[in-house]
Amino acid sequence: MSRNERTLAAVPAWVLAALGASLAAQVASQAAWSPGPPGASDLPPAPRVETLRLASLGEPEAFARVAMLYLQAFDLGGANELPYGRLDYARLTGWLRAILALDPKSDYPLFSAARIYAEVPDQARARQVLEFVYEEFLKDPNRRWPWLAHAALLAKHRLKDLPLARRYAAAVDRYTTAGNVPLWAKQMQIFILEDLNELEAAKIMLGGLLESGRIRDPAEVQFLRQRLEELEARIAGPRGR
Amino acid sequence: MPAVILARFVLLEARRSGLPWLIVASLAAGLGLAAFLSQVAVTESVSLQTAIVAAFLRACAVFLVAVHVASSTQREIQDKGLELMLSLPLARSTHYLGRLAGHACGGAVVAACFALPLAYWAPPPAVALWGLSLAIEAALVAAAALFFAMALAQLVAAIASVAGLYLLARSITAIQAIASGPLAEESLLGRLARWSVDAVALLLPRLDAVTRTEWLLYGIPAPAQYAQALGAVALYALLLVAAGLFDFHRRNL
Repeated sequence: MSRNERTLAAVPAWVLAALGASLAAQVASQAAWSPGPPGASDLPPAPRVETLRLASLGEPEAFARVAMLYLQAFDLGGANELPYGRLDYARLTGWLRAILALDPKSDYPLFSAARIYAEVPDQARARQVLEFVYEEFLKDPNRRWPWLAHAALLAKHRLKDLPLARRYAAAVDRYTTAGNVPLWAKQMQIFILEDLNELEAAKIMLGGLLESGRIRDPAEVQFLRQRLEELEARIAGPRGR
Repeated sequence: MPAVILARFVLLEARRSGLPWLIVASLAAGLGLAAFLSQVAVTESVSLQTAIVAAFLRACAVFLVAVHVASSTQREIQDKGLELMLSLPLARSTHYLGRLAGHACGGAVVAACFALPLAYWAPPPAVALWGLSLAIEAALVAAAALFFAMALAQLVAAIASVAGLYLLARSITAIQAIASGPLAEESLLGRLARWSVDAVALLLPRLDAVTRTEWLLYGIPAPAQYAQALGAVALYALLLVAAGLFDFHRRNL
């Protein structure tokens, strides 16, 4: 107790009671009001890039990442039969496009597009996101090729659309010019035509990416390992039965 | 050197006030926020932490410096301490510049404290450039806060003015982009609005070009670009100092 304070006994009992009661009421009201995660239908239309830039107050890199976390919360895990089954993909790609325009060097929007939103069972939705990845790849091929390479794999194994997979693989070969793009990525067309199963292809690609030193982020490494394990389990499942 | 003595007293006041504790609290809050957000990130967790901490600490530094300078100046005016100081054989310029130098040094200390933890995630050269930029930005904010606190009679008005100037300076580039975007009307009213925005921009510093998180995430800027951005901010700080001196010399105290 500092010398500026009087003893607790100096406070009238009714003031103490009011303080305790109001604190209890506050805690109770907040405990009763527990909003769940935002639903798919709550995703608003994407704002214009200029609006996001204005709201970022000159901090586009930080704002873009916070916007990705905000977007990620919608329909996360899919409390429905299909993950992200109720998400409006036109709005979703609008958001991803705007966030990527805000910070074009960030990998987060394309990572989420290729690794999360494109890996849904709904083929129409997956195609919509893959086209988004393709369009954005063309704007910066030397930086964004890993996402289109993954899109080629998805097109082959998930969509069973070989022409689409070859189109993406050909784009990686044609538009990348940097010396650090690995040979396997440049030769993805052969890779696509080879009779590999999805797990083998994913292992070659992820192994190549990890060896190249491009993936350093611990969260991303953990996420990709988890995906690989899920893929192994999915492929091993029917065989085991 | 009377100005140096005055600056030392201003720094001493900052040290004895709650400023050091507020710096520690800001660091704890920034690191806690970054740790929480990085838990939900599926990629770029390191750059997310860097970006969030840098953006948060930059805002904290500006807020702490602005509020500290404005409240310290206002208190001295209210307590008649300023009048007592003016009775000393000191030129008004010495008085004003000494006080500002003390606040600018305080801002540099805040900037150094906030830049240090970023070295955990970002390369040291980038952190050093970011910290230096924040120190200059803090000096500009201190100059603005001193100017408004001296010129305006109320503390709230002074803080609101600094906040308005700072936020406008950080968003004016985005406002200009919106005003001249493809959706902008080509009518006389539209052109008038664009000219007005451009005219306002001429009177503001380009704060969106300094203390950039981009430097910490994607590499340091070109030296010429960095020097130009910081030079522009330093020039604006000089303008504020000149305006403050002009007002202080005219004041009938």
